Amino acid sequence: MTELSIRTEIKGCGLPVRGADIDTDRIIPARYLLTVTFDGLGDHAFEDDRSGGQHPFDQAQYKGAKILLVNENFGCGSSREHAPQALTRWGIDAFVGESFAEIFFGNCVALGLPCATVSAADIVRLQDAVEADPTQELMLDVAAQTISYKEGTIQCTIPVGPREQFISGTWDALGQLMDAGTAIDATAAKLPYAKSFQST
Amino acid sequence: MGQTLLNKVWEAHKVRDLASGQTQLFIGLHLIHEVTSPQAFDMLRERGVKVKFPEHTFATVDHIVPTDLVERPFIDSLAEEMLVAIENNAEEFEIPLFGIGDRRQGVVHVIGPELGLTQPGMTIACGDSHTSTHGAFGSIAFGIGTSQVRDVLASQCLAMDPLKVRRINVTGKIDAGVYAKDVILHIIGHFGVKGGVGYAYEYGGEAVAAMSMEERMTVCNMSIEGGARVGYINPDQITFDYLEGRPHVPKDGAFDQAVEWWKSMASDENADYDDVATLRGEDIGPTITWGITPGQSVAVDGVIPALTAFPESERSNVQEAYDYMDFAPGQKIAGTPIDVAFIGSCTNGRLSDLREAAKVAKGNKVTTGIKAIVVPGSQQVRQEAEAEGLHEIFLEAGFEWRGAGCSMCLAMNPDKLEGRQRCASSSNRNFKGRQGSPTGRTLLMSPAMVAAAAVGGEVVDVRSMMN
Repeated sequence: MTELSIRTEIKGCGLPVRGADIDTDRIIPARYLLTVTFDGLGDHAFEDDRSGGQHPFDQAQYKGAKILLVNENFGCGSSREHAPQALTRWGIDAFVGESFAEIFFGNCVALGLPCATVSAADIVRLQDAVEADPTQELMLDVAAQTISYKEGTIQCTIPVGPREQFISGTWDALGQLMDAGTAIDATAAKLPYAKSFQST
Repeated sequence: MGQTLLNKVWEAHKVRDLASGQTQLFIGLHLIHEVTSPQAFDMLRERGVKVKFPEHTFATVDHIVPTDLVERPFIDSLAEEMLVAIENNAEEFEIPLFGIGDRRQGVVHVIGPELGLTQPGMTIACGDSHTSTHGAFGSIAFGIGTSQVRDVLASQCLAMDPLKVRRINVTGKIDAGVYAKDVILHIIGHFGVKGGVGYAYEYGGEAVAAMSMEERMTVCNMSIEGGARVGYINPDQITFDYLEGRPHVPKDGAFDQAVEWWKSMASDENADYDDVATLRGEDIGPTITWGITPGQSVAVDGVIPALTAFPESERSNVQEAYDYMDFAPGQKIAGTPIDVAFIGSCTNGRLSDLREAAKVAKGNKVTTGIKAIVVPGSQQVRQEAEAEGLHEIFLEAGFEWRGAGCSMCLAMNPDKLEGRQRCASSSNRNFKGRQGSPTGRTLLMSPAMVAAAAVGGEVVDVRSMMN
């Protein structure tokens, strides 16, 4: 793997988007899925929530932010990878939150975007701190599982599998999966249904 | 201790342990559709990689398909472009496609079981969160994103983290007028929309054992709405009877052999679960969502819950739901007026769903001013329903009778809510804006309850129309 794929330290300004159960339809409404590419999705991130112009994604102080600070069960609902694609194309490089929906989390790993979890109290502390001073730089240290901000350092959690993938630069799973080579064929050959499958 | 079905399927499909601690799992059946696959094929082309096992992947079109006029090219040029993309990709990579005009076309989670592609003991993946539907057969079925669709196309494998298993027993009997949809809404209400994160849900107990395959699919379909990426039910005689004779199911002696293997994959009597929970079937009534997550539901004879009924941490979300849905705490859910009625989706677009709705519609009329549409889950469901005359019952009652697709579940085709319309819907998500209008309002319920609401013009207890 190249140096470029290693994701150990993510630095940048923070951006709080508050609320539990923010689903992927809200992150990118389905009408923007009428496309054969992911191009241009960044412009439509949180489109319907932004209609009033008061959404953090429209506020000048968060322009250029890299780390999205969210609450519980972020990214629930549809499996659309368009959701993290829209957010990363808007400029987000990592997520810190109380919890993440499972498919969203997996999609983020596949794009090299770490999702770190912290306690409910700590995420509110971080969101408050960033609101008070949006210019401060945050630093997510993937290996140490910490997030640093102006007032200190908070412990966070990234499950061991994805953490290793970010540290070793193997978060793009395809290379590893294909490396298994004949072991894949051997597993397929053991499955009783694999042989009779095409009996139309 | 014994093994769960999840453990057995996992071991049978394990290619190897990865350095990250994840498992490389072989995927037995890969289903693709037009929305989440085009970028995956582009990634293959960029890397110069072929599809490893084209015979394990099947394609159909569902999300963007118009349900009234399907003449090509589609009026929506973006939809047409997506159709052309999957047609070209299927041809280039030699993947069977059940496309427009094919009698096998339909919602991906309806046609997999219908064609007998979905079988017990398999691993299944599809770029769609409702892939959990296939777990009704005792398969382990994952919803995945587009990069993982690429991974499966190129390697027939996924890198997966281990899952825990929560056994959910539903004991006793389900009352008449209460359906599988009510059971799963009740389960989600009980455990919450993130209660299942990290778990596979294994559903069982007398009430589940008594369900037909179509009912079991409805239950497993909405596992993801409870946070569980995977939901399944152990295969039994009802499963085997459903499968026998379907196009992709082994025949004759091979069928008996398959049944033996399927039985062997079921969870052992003494299986070790990470969690076990029991709910009483008798406690479940017709259930309706009042809020903006599938966990915010209430029985039809209930009222919108008070803010104080929720923990402090949830109250801002509950307030947001009251405001968005225009409900006040203490208000009865029955009697809520509706503008649109939608019967269909991968949750409730199967023949038995249409039969139950037709029983309610028969001899009645949709209230003037309400747009009511019935969208069969597949062309086959449509044909079977027409053979029974269900379409005539619906048309006579004032429902529109459409072609197969996802339609107003997520409104990627021309079927959309407008403005603040309130929709009684048999689909799976009541998220803000889900049905195509950024301010539209969705009330999830069973198909029979949707039919009752269309006739009544408001939320009605379907049981009052059954005597």
